[in-house]
Amino acid sequence: MNTTLLFVLQLGTLILLLGLVYRPLGDYLAVVYSTQKNLRVERAFYRLIGVNPGSAQTWPVYLRSVLAFSAIGVLALYVVQRTQQILPYSLGLPPVEPSTAWNTAISFVTNTNWQSYSPEATMGYTVQLVGLAVQNFVSAAVGIAVAVALIRGLAARRSSTIGNFWVDLTRGVVRILLPLSVIAAVVLLLSGVIQNLNGFQHVTGLTGATQTIPGGPVASQEAIKELGTNGGGFFNANSAHPFENPNGWTNLFEIFLMLAIPVSLARTFGRIVDDHRQGYAILSAMGIIWIVSAGLLTVLESAGNGTASQLAGGAMEGKETRFGIVGSAIFGTTSTLTSTGAVDSMHDSLTSLGGGLVMINMMLGEVAPGGVGSGLYGILIMAIVAVFVAGLMVGRTPEYLGKKIGAREVKLASMYILITPTLVLAGTALSFAIPAVHDSVVKTSMANPGLHGYSEVLYAFTSAANNNGSAFAGLTASTPWLNTALGVAMLLGRFLPIVFVLALAGSFAAQEKVPTTAGTLPTHRPQFIGLLIGTIVIVSALTYLPVLALGPIAEGLK
Amino acid sequence: MSSARGTTRQYWVALKAMVVFTVVLGIGYPALIGAIGLLAPAQANGSPVAVDGKTVGSSLIGQSFTNRAGGALPQWFQSRPSAAGTGYDAGASGGSNQGTESGTLASAIKDRKAAIAKSDGVDPASIPPDALTASASGLDPQISPEYAREQVARVAAARSLPRALVAQLVERFVTGRSLGFIGEPTVNVLELNIALAALDPSN
Repeated sequence: MNTTLLFVLQLGTLILLLGLVYRPLGDYLAVVYSTQKNLRVERAFYRLIGVNPGSAQTWPVYLRSVLAFSAIGVLALYVVQRTQQILPYSLGLPPVEPSTAWNTAISFVTNTNWQSYSPEATMGYTVQLVGLAVQNFVSAAVGIAVAVALIRGLAARRSSTIGNFWVDLTRGVVRILLPLSVIAAVVLLLSGVIQNLNGFQHVTGLTGATQTIPGGPVASQEAIKELGTNGGGFFNANSAHPFENPNGWTNLFEIFLMLAIPVSLARTFGRIVDDHRQGYAILSAMGIIWIVSAGLLTVLESAGNGTASQLAGGAMEGKETRFGIVGSAIFGTTSTLTSTGAVDSMHDSLTSLGGGLVMINMMLGEVAPGGVGSGLYGILIMAIVAVFVAGLMVGRTPEYLGKKIGAREVKLASMYILITPTLVLAGTALSFAIPAVHDSVVKTSMANPGLHGYSEVLYAFTSAANNNGSAFAGLTASTPWLNTALGVAMLLGRFLPIVFVLALAGSFAAQEKVPTTAGTLPTHRPQFIGLLIGTIVIVSALTYLPVLALGPIAEGLK
Repeated sequence: MSSARGTTRQYWVALKAMVVFTVVLGIGYPALIGAIGLLAPAQANGSPVAVDGKTVGSSLIGQSFTNRAGGALPQWFQSRPSAAGTGYDAGASGGSNQGTESGTLASAIKDRKAAIAKSDGVDPASIPPDALTASASGLDPQISPEYAREQVARVAAARSLPRALVAQLVERFVTGRSLGFIGEPTVNVLELNIALAALDPSN
């Protein structure tokens, strides 16, 4: 079967599956975050932690709750890693080294799941479960909560509040992520993903040599890793490891899991603002970028340009036989566009332009469809900017969903957009500009010399600041500089945007809705979808073209 | 209420919430999946493969069929090159992470190509890409049907088996795409070699 047909059938299957869940899941999410009713177990939980679920919060209080919960998360995860040796099922591993533990704690709390360590050699089962898996759930729930708060702001009229963070967090975990993860984990388990506490077993292989068989509670971790767009692998090889992703079908299923919630949130948005056409407009922009990007990567990898790929007769370095080029390309595209960062092929070994493309996917700001929650609030910010740009062109006060985009709103949206590029560009530049750091980066961290080594560093900061977490994995990131700098990039790349999103939510909630007039720019027509895609692409192209030219583009044209 | 007190209270709420989440999501959830795993012990424990009742590996974890020095044993179908540890080390999964312009990678591919062309007596241009490149996991349990077919003559000669018999065996172990379009056609090397050993009277 030729590559084109294979690509169309595999992508078509995904679109079909997503089409099946889009309405029911999106509507369910809308109900979960709108209803006044609490489950009995939730009421008990609220009593225990001392929260009144009926009391709505203003945006500063909502923000303080997000920050308090995340700070406690970082602390808890740090402590669990540093005390690993006294915990059960540590597999005899020592405590995680401080700078790595700090980096990892931030990484999992920010839903980045960047891994500067090799899991098999660093993390025992207790750290994986009570540390990392817990953050996989709650960091995802925090993302959805913030997105829902923004939607509420857009839907509200003259309201001083945007919901209750503790309620949103709890419902996200109890009613969405946990039940869906159980189903997904069982499917994966039956398909061959392991779930045990066996540790490393050694058997005598067919030739008489010793063969190691790793163990671990992988299925439970894998399910939430994809569903929560986390991406932190149980094993170093991540979703390329046969125990995380055993066959072509699980590969497709894992891609579906990454997309399910971010895509359905467009429906949730349409439903809460009471105009499904708005949801479909957002969905279209997300979908078009995703399809085009997956197609491009498949073309680039199938063409297999580059010295080593041509010598081998195909770009199979760093790819698994069972996924092939098409399965790897769709997975890589989805993972970098959803801020998951899981990999089923090694991005460091992609063709030069293919590697550049997955970097561009992240540079688009993780909005197509983006991470759980973060993707939706990201693209809504882009929609606000698009409306503003259109308003400038025709000389009218811009409005989005009946909310005026005034000076305050534009400032907040602009600051949101500026944060990530600042972190990426400054981080990359400082890595080479500070003399003491330069040596460590060039001599210790970079695995490939020259242009590709530079691409590894650029990829790392792009991935960290966008909370993606995938890597050009040749880079040795467990050095003091990269652990620290990437940790800072992840932290600021997650929480500064959340500050601006919640501030916007508060500012929209307080406004009255202006009535639609003949002069209002419709935000559900193809024209606006095109404008939105244009805004997303132009903002990132203007920002990143120079740094891309120095790395992957230069490599690819060499 | 002062804002400082409100903030302190938030941290106290957060701490209590984290403790509950840790118990439910960090212990309860994996334990539940583990319990369900008891109903599917083969999958939960890594799809072990046994010969005469003795586990020789996992059908999902690739193995090396080489001598101590890393040289290919001609009587076994060979797995792909591996960058996991010294080769198929499941304690150190991972790829080479070499970019396509890397000189190290280019020369490794040239060396592999020459070695296979020599040992298998084939035209270097006919060697499929998966035979020359390391996988992402370093534990790839499979090779392409093309690479398996390419090895038939060598294996048959090394075991003094009729070439047609070995070729037939390979075809039996070719797994197509599921539903015709999901995944890629593959041959599981460990399973193929087990069947090969059973076929060989001298073994």
